Amino acid sequence: MTNNNKVLIEVRDLKKYFTVGRGLTLKAVDGVNFFIREGETLGLVGESGCGKSTVGRTIIGLYQATDGEVIFEGMNVAQLDKNERKNFTRKAQMIFQDPYASLNPRMTVTDIIGEGIDIHGLYHGHERQKRIYELLELVGLSREHASRFPHEFSGGQRQRIGVARALAIEPEFIVCDEPISALDVSIQAQVVNLLEDLQSNLGLTYLFIAHDLSMVKHISDRIAVMYLGAIVELAESHELYERPYHPYTQALLSAVPIPDPEIETKKKRIILEGEVPSPVNPLPGCKFQERCRFVEDICKKETPQLKELRPDHFVACHMVNKINNIK
Amino acid sequence: MENIENKERLLLDVKDLYVSFDTYAGEVQAVRGVTFHVNRGETLAIVGESGCGKSVTAQTVMQLIPMPPGRIKGGNIFFEGKDLSKYSDKQMEKVRGKDISMIFQDPMTSLNPTMRIGKQIMEGLMKHQKLPKNEAKNRSIEMLKLVGLPNPEKRANQYPHEFSGGMRQRAMIAIALACNPKLLIADEPTTALDVTIQAQIMELMKDLQVKLDTAIILITHDLGVVAKVADRIAVMYAGVIIESGTSEEIFHHPQHPYTWGLLKSVPRLDMETKGRLVPIYGTPPDLFAPPKGCPFAPRCDYAMKVCKTYGPVRTNLTESHYTHCWLQHEWAPKVDDKFAKGGAV
Amino acid sequence: MADTNNVAKTDKMNLSKDMFEVVGKDVADYEKIVRPSLTYWADAWRRLKENKLAIFSLILLIIIVVMAFVGPKMRPWEYDYQDFTVINKGPNSVHWFGTDELGRDIFVRCWEGAKVSLFIALISTVINVTIGILYGGISGYVGGYTDMILMRIVEIIYSIPTLLWVILLMVVLGQGLGTIIIAISITGWGGMARIVRGQVLQLKQMEFVLAAKTLGADSSRIITRHLVPNTMGPIIINLTFQVPGAIFTEAMLSYIGLGLPEPYASWGTLAQRGARLFLIYPYQLAFPAVLICVTMLAFNLLGDGLRDSLDPRLRT
Repeated sequence: MTNNNKVLIEVRDLKKYFTVGRGLTLKAVDGVNFFIREGETLGLVGESGCGKSTVGRTIIGLYQATDGEVIFEGMNVAQLDKNERKNFTRKAQMIFQDPYASLNPRMTVTDIIGEGIDIHGLYHGHERQKRIYELLELVGLSREHASRFPHEFSGGQRQRIGVARALAIEPEFIVCDEPISALDVSIQAQVVNLLEDLQSNLGLTYLFIAHDLSMVKHISDRIAVMYLGAIVELAESHELYERPYHPYTQALLSAVPIPDPEIETKKKRIILEGEVPSPVNPLPGCKFQERCRFVEDICKKETPQLKELRPDHFVACHMVNKINNIK
Repeated sequence: MENIENKERLLLDVKDLYVSFDTYAGEVQAVRGVTFHVNRGETLAIVGESGCGKSVTAQTVMQLIPMPPGRIKGGNIFFEGKDLSKYSDKQMEKVRGKDISMIFQDPMTSLNPTMRIGKQIMEGLMKHQKLPKNEAKNRSIEMLKLVGLPNPEKRANQYPHEFSGGMRQRAMIAIALACNPKLLIADEPTTALDVTIQAQIMELMKDLQVKLDTAIILITHDLGVVAKVADRIAVMYAGVIIESGTSEEIFHHPQHPYTWGLLKSVPRLDMETKGRLVPIYGTPPDLFAPPKGCPFAPRCDYAMKVCKTYGPVRTNLTESHYTHCWLQHEWAPKVDDKFAKGGAV
Repeated sequence: MADTNNVAKTDKMNLSKDMFEVVGKDVADYEKIVRPSLTYWADAWRRLKENKLAIFSLILLIIIVVMAFVGPKMRPWEYDYQDFTVINKGPNSVHWFGTDELGRDIFVRCWEGAKVSLFIALISTVINVTIGILYGGISGYVGGYTDMILMRIVEIIYSIPTLLWVILLMVVLGQGLGTIIIAISITGWGGMARIVRGQVLQLKQMEFVLAAKTLGADSSRIITRHLVPNTMGPIIINLTFQVPGAIFTEAMLSYIGLGLPEPYASWGTLAQRGARLFLIYPYQLAFPAVLICVTMLAFNLLGDGLRDSLDPRLRT
């Protein structure tokens, strides 16, 4: 599944810090590097507080990056002026997590989907209405839904309206920020299938952010695992599952339950002890040191960098060779 | 009709339960004839999506539903032979916390934010077991140790906001199990937790079940969690149990199209990447106007004319496995749904 | 082996082999929305209608407003007509509310007073609300230091009691209708500002606002299309509570002599004159006082009803 298209978006050493009063700094994103090729889906996975949502929002411009670059089609979008930013919004869009908060309760579906069209002046009058109907049908809804309000729809339907809204201005790149976490299991499959179909029909590129590793593995070509603001491992989906090298990835995969009692009862579990530490004023060195079974002195002093261990498989860990018995 | 293996082990026996809510728009039938049982020391998982009535069922067992606007339209809730649905509030107070305990999805809103954790555990002990204060205190620290919290003495004196999500859930389990109840109802206990913390909590619950011989009703929509801990499973849809059986029977020999649909739409970590998920199209029915016949018919690939007219009768497949589906009728065509292991078809 | 052992039940059904033909799922039906469409306001109105007290209050207020215009026309004399032959007469068939010490008809004066009191209350509320929305909206939207400074200013203004403001203004501007309106306005907008600010702060974080920003919306679009429409609920509720406050403030100021001068009749001045003779002629205080109380109560009950009906979380 190697994609040889050109790189659409590249993130270099991205940092986003928040000051949380009394001189404390919350390092939500602390030096993140990755790229996404055209037509590809990069999954960004991690548990709460790892910074994945912050990465998504910083890339799209909702947050101002503290440091680092986001190169999109040659331009650094982390530093844009007003006009350039407006152009950027036509190319990059976002789908949000909470279907109940992501639609303005006072606007009809037509207005919600049409907002992007209005802002960029793409279509008017009759054409505009036609386009909105097309979009509704594209996401599996119908014309009669156009005049209704968000509260009349179910969670899955609202998410689809959100997708239609993002697609209205024909973007190339979409950041999906936990788009299915709040939905029921069978509805999740509907929305994910929709996203996959749209990708193959419209040539979209996705950054898919989620904490459900099974779903991320299903939809992504490559996966980046985040922990406390840093990427600890980055590889093709299947490769990550077959050969996880980072101890956190190993624990994470082990913890994901598989819907099959035979497998579950026989599985060798790696139970990760302790709690996720706070991203406020983190310790120097590796982010994972406090919960790692293999921690040594160097881990507490030096921050490990992502190194390519196998083709297209990167790991940030000092002890990786020792842990996995690699020469 | 149902063969219960060991009558002495029978703890909770819910028969034909009907629960409705009276709203401005009319009657919403949340639970429409639900029958299930739980034996001592076993884990029953009630699986279903939002709106299927699983939470309402559990809360009705504990009589936590406000009545009005809710009401038990019919049925019985036998706990150790006594019908809880006929209990007064005062009688239920003696049961809650002592014989049956409950833990909820969001530990932050289920714990009293202004009371120290230790005190919240002691409350139940002092009320139900009539323990004097210092004994209750010791027991509460024991419970915190039992649920795996380090530094239990220190933790007992802290407030909920000083705990992380996983720790709060452990504290809730400590409170629920303090008086050694016979039945623990866990309503989506790990849905709000990170997956590594979820694994910890599920291990803990399994562990405690063995130690304390507690029966557990686990309410969830996560099939993975169910595969891990459930002995038996009841699948609910639109207020009815459409299939029930042992874990092995439900995962490996499911007989209801909705169960097939669920298993097919869930991605599995061990399936091939980019296999196709098969969703269940459409949305569950509005229980304000439940459809005639089988509630799943509008979304069922195998729906027949009869399904839209009459609700399907119950078919017993084995001693423990039953389903409500017209496909089981002798006149129905043979369906061999090759859904493989869920996920990729 | 399947065991359809509920033969007894199936007996009652009309089953035939052709009913077991597979027809599959109902493509047309399953995305349908069953319940009728209700806009936010239609839903709020439906819920308000169920609150009998609130509807009763609404009707009462409408009656009072109508009477403010119709009432004085129901008697053949003006509110300042003095007839010395009927001084301090109690309520009778000619003077329905009686007369005061200058022989003026209290019924007519009460309804003229209604015009004045309601006018003052409405104008000052409108000013309050406008200033409050702008101030609170900007403070909440811009945030940061600006927000902090603007809020401190509000607190400072509020730490000075209304009475002091009124006296200060009277010294500068002299007693009169304008002074009263300005006084009430200055001290009333803080509440609305705080409410709007709170709402805006909360709404700013909501995902639909973030979505609008991501789509490229500029500040004015976000404020007009996303923030303001979603604050209408609390604004209307607060507005409904502001009016009785203004009525009372005017009444109080007039009562202690800082209000409208003669011959203006507002409920406050009527009450003031009536109070002087209260022990001998209680009706002269009773009528304006009852009108003040009833109006304030009606607004408060209506406000309560609105609060319940506009809160999306309380929807049944």
